[in-house]
Amino acid sequence: MSATLSHPNPGNAKYDRVMKVAAGDKRFKILEVTMKKNQFRHDSLIEVLHKAQELFGYLEDDLLRFVAYKLKLPPSRVYGVATFYHFFSLKPQGKHTCVVCMGTACYVKGADKVVEALQNKLKVKSGETTPDGNVSLLTARCIGACGIAPAVTYDGQVSPKQTPEQALEKIGQWLQPA
Amino acid sequence: MQLDELKAIAEKKKASAKKVCLRTCLSAGCISSQSDVLHKNLATEVKAAGLENDVEVRRVGCMGFCGQGPLVGVDHKEGKEELFEFVKPDDAKAIVSHLKGGACDVQKGDPQHPFFAKQVKIVRANGGIVDPENIEDYLAIGGYQALHHALTEMNSESIIDTITKSGLRGRGGAGFPSGIKWGTVAKSPGAKKYVVCNGDEGDPGAFMDRSVLESDPHLVLEGMAIAAHAVGADQGFLYVRAEYPLAISRLQIAIKQAKALGLLGSGIFETPFNFNVDIRIGAGAFVCGEETALLASIEGERGMPRPRPPFPAVKGLWGCPTLLNNVETFANISAIINKGADWYASFGTEKSKGTKVFALTGKIKNNGLIEVPMGIPLRQIVEEMGGGAPDGHSVKSVQTGGPSGGCIPAEHLDTPVDYESLGKLGSIMGSGGMVVMDDTTNMVEIAKFYMEFCMDESCGKCIPCRAGTVQMFHLLEKITQRKATKRDLDKLEELCDMVKNTSLCGLGQTAPNPIQSTLRFFRSEYEALLQPDATGAPVGANGTAKAH
Repeated sequence: MSATLSHPNPGNAKYDRVMKVAAGDKRFKILEVTMKKNQFRHDSLIEVLHKAQELFGYLEDDLLRFVAYKLKLPPSRVYGVATFYHFFSLKPQGKHTCVVCMGTACYVKGADKVVEALQNKLKVKSGETTPDGNVSLLTARCIGACGIAPAVTYDGQVSPKQTPEQALEKIGQWLQPA
Repeated sequence: MQLDELKAIAEKKKASAKKVCLRTCLSAGCISSQSDVLHKNLATEVKAAGLENDVEVRRVGCMGFCGQGPLVGVDHKEGKEELFEFVKPDDAKAIVSHLKGGACDVQKGDPQHPFFAKQVKIVRANGGIVDPENIEDYLAIGGYQALHHALTEMNSESIIDTITKSGLRGRGGAGFPSGIKWGTVAKSPGAKKYVVCNGDEGDPGAFMDRSVLESDPHLVLEGMAIAAHAVGADQGFLYVRAEYPLAISRLQIAIKQAKALGLLGSGIFETPFNFNVDIRIGAGAFVCGEETALLASIEGERGMPRPRPPFPAVKGLWGCPTLLNNVETFANISAIINKGADWYASFGTEKSKGTKVFALTGKIKNNGLIEVPMGIPLRQIVEEMGGGAPDGHSVKSVQTGGPSGGCIPAEHLDTPVDYESLGKLGSIMGSGGMVVMDDTTNMVEIAKFYMEFCMDESCGKCIPCRAGTVQMFHLLEKITQRKATKRDLDKLEELCDMVKNTSLCGLGQTAPNPIQSTLRFFRSEYEALLQPDATGAPVGANGTAKAH
């Protein structure tokens, strides 16, 4: 099942644009090294997307096209995989991220109330970013920290046994004008 | 590497043991309460007190009692054991001065608490004792000797025979006999075979696999290597969720260390056996816990399941025979090889052998990980080990098996925990999540919570699951908003049957379980929310209009 590209060649307007952008950005080089390490194998697509998201923060269209061209995969396949998995984000994240775990243990211990309080405060729904791009509010399926439920991850740091008040206080620090 | 070299490293490590060992839990749960800072502080304080020659400050994995964390265990060479709970980074000084006989006001835990005393540890035997980032610790307790024994004294047949006789069943949830699975892969023709470890622990409310991978990664690697030898594979994949970064980094360290010592790689123990393990990182899709979806994900595709047969044991990764087992299943292997099938089969019930690790969480006093023999009554787990519901509430039900399982009501707490008994109650053993709910929990809301989960996580390949979960969720929403009638409830039940019987994979087939089990035991909670329908028939009475 080896899929090939129909028009991965120079002269294709999209291809030329993507390569032009990539040429001036070191991160694309790093990404290409990752692909090379995996011998440009098709089954390394998920690893490559992980690296891409780590480098760029999110997966924008031209980045996905770059991956598709380099791995010699149809863009549809790359887009299909990127949108299938929750971990990949196609939109930029806020400066800060707040991830409330909504696993069962956290849920029965009141994680839903934490989310509600944060939604009211930030005036966004979970999964969204505040219009000024400051805070992204997300929920997770289960981060495996059930012993300390409800758990909330603030900018990558897990905090145990959170109440709505504690969460609002933490978020408040981010909302203050710098 | 030869056996005597392996034993020499182990002996040297044992001989270097100091008088006192301070074990700090550096597992994801405790790190979130700054146990990493605490660990550093302890090392600094021990140095400052001039105790470096007498006290070892060891990084360990999960000790199990996560709700009381961060935990620090103190082992004295003469056998005394102490435990400190809720330790803050600033408490390091007090603990070190306690070692010198000073006073200490850090909260002391009881290492003989029923939470610990009632456990039987096979999978978690080294959890919280060995340093997961130091292979010598694992070698000191006899690590990789089972692999040596399997490679030099046993052949494929005798290993599979041992596993079959031990009665070990898949710990991922379905409970398929491992020996039969291994035998099928071994017998399947093919020059290339794979061993895959399923560490995609997506079930919300479960963290057994995370803990095993973070606390004792070599145990899983050794189990995989023995399995590979038994089925004739030379390449393994460990599929781990991206949500477990610590487990991933510790596995990477473990693989590197094992390779350096020649315990993974080519010509292991100077036999012709080669085995390499690669880590594959998941990307947040619950359905990838299903075996065929997981294999698709390893191949870099969308994680969608395919119909079985052919089973992965016959046609798996890239069409080759593939042995796929859960983390906990592999973690049982080296103990079975070391101590024998009869020893393993002496734990548990007639049909469910050995032990099972559970994540005991939710509305319960003692939160954490426990490993108990199969067949233990649920009541013992919840009341004696777990200490019952906190704040004067009473336990209403226990949810096992996550979104694929069901709720077991308080009146059935005397049920023994084994595959068959839980199945009879409409629940499943599952991977080991055990979420306790108290009298304040609304069971309809819980059913809705799980259905929303299944709706979001449905991969969309087959219609019953893709469309059915959405419809079931909307019906549950209608019920909780008090807008539904008896007719809606009938429709919901009909849909449950349909989705269960016609879905392609386990996700859809078990998605209705939370609804069906709560309807079975807590039907009155649903009926209390219903409105009289247009005909004016009384709520919940028999003989009202039939659903179409």
